[in-house]
Amino acid sequence: MKARVIVTLKNGVLDPQGKAIEGALKSLSLEGVGSVRQGKVFDIEVETQDKSRAEALLKQACEKLLANTVVENYRIEVVG
Amino acid sequence: MHAAVITFPGTNRDGDIARALKQAGAKVTHAWHADPELPAGTDLAVLPGGFAYGDYMRTGAIAARANIMDAVRAHAAKGGYVLGVCNGFQIACEAGLLPGILMRNAGLKFVCRMQHLKVGRTDTVFSSGYTAGQVIKVCIAHGEGNYVCDDETLTRLENENRVAFRYCDAKGDISKENPNGSRNAIAGIYSENLRVLGMMPHPENLIETLVGGTDGKGLFAGLAAA
Repeated sequence: MKARVIVTLKNGVLDPQGKAIEGALKSLSLEGVGSVRQGKVFDIEVETQDKSRAEALLKQACEKLLANTVVENYRIEVVG
Repeated sequence: MHAAVITFPGTNRDGDIARALKQAGAKVTHAWHADPELPAGTDLAVLPGGFAYGDYMRTGAIAARANIMDAVRAHAAKGGYVLGVCNGFQIACEAGLLPGILMRNAGLKFVCRMQHLKVGRTDTVFSSGYTAGQVIKVCIAHGEGNYVCDDETLTRLENENRVAFRYCDAKGDISKENPNGSRNAIAGIYSENLRVLGMMPHPENLIETLVGGTDGKGLFAGLAAA
């Protein structure tokens, strides 16, 4: 099945790339852009058809590699 | 002192650090990221600078999961010495050998320049060649050197006197010239047992007057003598 892992910076962690993107968006005169935080998206194919197994597997993947939990949060979405 | 210099795909300072260690009198062997073990008799595992695995995902993240890193973790757990410089510091943090993480420089720019550092404690194998509070001039070359950790970790590092080097100006003022936004101007830290050192600056490139100075020599002299 297909799954998506979203890794984002925790609140309070300085995100200079997000700030630069925010500045660029504002320079395009896009009214209403508040703030930007940059994150990562991983689209992953997992072999199992069992949703809870897929979630457990991806949780391990996040803890072991995909996210550094010192500064990042992760979210797992099993698409099906 | 027998040092094993580890090369990952994308490492580029392995030759420099091997040369600095040899010049100081250490025995140097080379190891490859895919090796399951460190060379027999390794006292010091060296994680050199570079761009291991292209810095993909997070700097040091993929290298930290390479085969040889299990051996490096086992070596450290037994009280073996580990030195991580620049990308090697990032790998050491990702591998759990040191706390915290190196994030993108606060100014977003890759910073490549000479930089003064203030030496912390001098009772470790890495710093015995220096005097306490000494200001040394070495070089830095990194895009992700912004040391970040939680408040609790920072308090522990400070209380346990585990900050090895801080960025400073020529007079030793650490409130000036922080090149990357690191917390408390941290340029390098020790593990709890003081046997793992991670640092962003490159002492291995300042060992010849011909190329701008010899302030990096103290680190390798202390190591080679241990």
